[in-house]
Amino acid sequence: MNPVNYLYLAALLFTIGATGVLIRRNAIVVFMCVELMLNACNLAFVAFSRMHGNLDGQIIAFFTMVVAAAEVVVGLAIIVSLFRTRHSASVDDASLMKL
Amino acid sequence: MSTTAVHSLWTTAAEPITKIDAPKIEYGQLSPTLIVIGAALVGVLIEAFVPRRSRYYAQVFVSVVALCAAFAAVVALAADGYGTTKAHIAAMGAIAVDGPALFLQGTILLAGLVGLFTFAERRLDPVAHGNRVDSFAAQAASVPGSDSEKAAVRAGFTTTEVFPLLLFAIGGMLIFPAANDLLTLFVALEVLSLPLYLLCALARRKRLMSQEAAVKYFLLGAFASAFTLFGIALLYGYAGSVSYARIAQVVDGTVTDVDPALADTMGNDALLLIGGALLVMGLLFKVGAVPFHMWTPDVYQGAPTPVTGFMAAATKVAAFGALLRLLYVVLPGLRWDWRPVMWAVAIITMLGGAVVAITQTDIKRLLAYSSIAHAGFILAGVIATSKDGVSSVLFYLAGYSFVTIGAFAVVTLVRDAGGEATHLSKWAGLGRRSPLVAAVFAVFLLAFAGIPLTSGFAGKFAVFKAAADGGAVPLVIVGVISSAIAAFFYIRVIVLMFFSEPKPEGPTVAVPSPLTMLAIGMGVATTLVLGIAPQYFLDLAGQAGVFVR
Repeated sequence: MNPVNYLYLAALLFTIGATGVLIRRNAIVVFMCVELMLNACNLAFVAFSRMHGNLDGQIIAFFTMVVAAAEVVVGLAIIVSLFRTRHSASVDDASLMKL
Repeated sequence: MSTTAVHSLWTTAAEPITKIDAPKIEYGQLSPTLIVIGAALVGVLIEAFVPRRSRYYAQVFVSVVALCAAFAAVVALAADGYGTTKAHIAAMGAIAVDGPALFLQGTILLAGLVGLFTFAERRLDPVAHGNRVDSFAAQAASVPGSDSEKAAVRAGFTTTEVFPLLLFAIGGMLIFPAANDLLTLFVALEVLSLPLYLLCALARRKRLMSQEAAVKYFLLGAFASAFTLFGIALLYGYAGSVSYARIAQVVDGTVTDVDPALADTMGNDALLLIGGALLVMGLLFKVGAVPFHMWTPDVYQGAPTPVTGFMAAATKVAAFGALLRLLYVVLPGLRWDWRPVMWAVAIITMLGGAVVAITQTDIKRLLAYSSIAHAGFILAGVIATSKDGVSSVLFYLAGYSFVTIGAFAVVTLVRDAGGEATHLSKWAGLGRRSPLVAAVFAVFLLAFAGIPLTSGFAGKFAVFKAAADGGAVPLVIVGVISSAIAAFFYIRVIVLMFFSEPKPEGPTVAVPSPLTMLAIGMGVATTLVLGIAPQYFLDLAGQAGVFVR
């Protein structure tokens, strides 16, 4: 199968993730959408790696997974502390500071 | 692509691999970063093994020693000629050791050291149950206002984890402007960002605002870094490599070994343009340029003030370093495409930051918008695309970072019963009550405004001169106009402090320990030295203004 199709899929997943970040209210769901964007990047890396016939892209995908895991640790810690304080993980409720 | 070539990806020849060459790592040249990261790891061990009573002292000691040692290593490397004649690319092409990298690393380390002093300050908050406390939450995991929080305060807990977090952030910042491939750039971006997200959530007072700031910073930061990563993926797809030099060659069309796959993707400008745009967007988010600035005021306001000062100074230095290297080393072949875009970004950043700052009533938000305007001024130097452009940006960043940390350190001093009194109305008449603090703050504001004999003037002059020489005269005119707008609200704060009556229930000015005094003194000293005798430092930045490729 033509690897370019995987790029279209990656772009589609990335767009779905970005749209989710913009329209969802729950901080956890927003964060999951960010993870979807990172995984779309991984798919693009692997597809490009296949097209160019070198392994750089596949190695980068591993680094991305590690970074995403570290981001989950930090992100969940912050979101859980917010939830325990406010009993809500809605990003709309967090509005103490406004323009 | 032929089937055999693809097949070789997941199969290997039958004969055993006899020898794998170990990568060559120049540990000496990477020592500044290694020292800082190593000290951060030691800090984690201190949290695990040292008794709670002595953790604070151990952490501060380790951090100060590490930052001083790393700065000494940077100076030694620069004195050895790595900034000029011996500049090269270390660690198998991952890290550049050259003038801009060393200059910015030195700036980040000094800013980090001064930031560390404000982190370690323990005399501002009133003594709680016989324990001196700093600006950070007693226990970050306890819910604000709960019994567990009260118990943690009573037990005298402090979050000494802030020191290793600070060192990790500094470690990432040291790599960020020196990264010489896109993977290193991305990892450094995350290493500097993740500790900052956590630090933002750790304020002792106004914890709800602090947590809110952290969530906003985290979600938007993760969103922006996902865009950065997609940009990196597209550039990798375009050039078949993430090395800066290789991508630059492919962009210029000077690459010699073109295989069919590369020939296919090289012709696809969409990959290059979209990838470059997404990557630059991620960096512009980090520097807080309009239209990617939305997080800046909220995060600056909500984060603990020492963190805000450090973040405002050091993140900007690191991110502008990375942006310079990206635009000057990777994408110079594309400058006819990115220059108009950066023109527009610089103009709206300068004007937007200055105009919105006028309406602000909170001193931290005001300084946040002022930092946005400053990002625009620095972008004007980036656009120059000349050696002078690089050196003027380096000089500007060095001057700006110390003024910023000093200004936020002054903000920590003005307090009332609820902690820091950040509302501007409470600053009325501060000059009558404590002339020294108000005078120091006035010096910082004049430096922000770019009044002659301050570092702000020398920096702005250098940047605008480089921009004008680079053919961006309209940009300079917009810059001068927005400087004038910005001067209005800086002067307004000075007038408020010195020429209005103090309120009877106004805030008090806390007497800090020598740590904060040192941070503020460093700010005043650099402001005056870089303002009155900038030539030596301009020459230094001039010598450091050449990238290795």
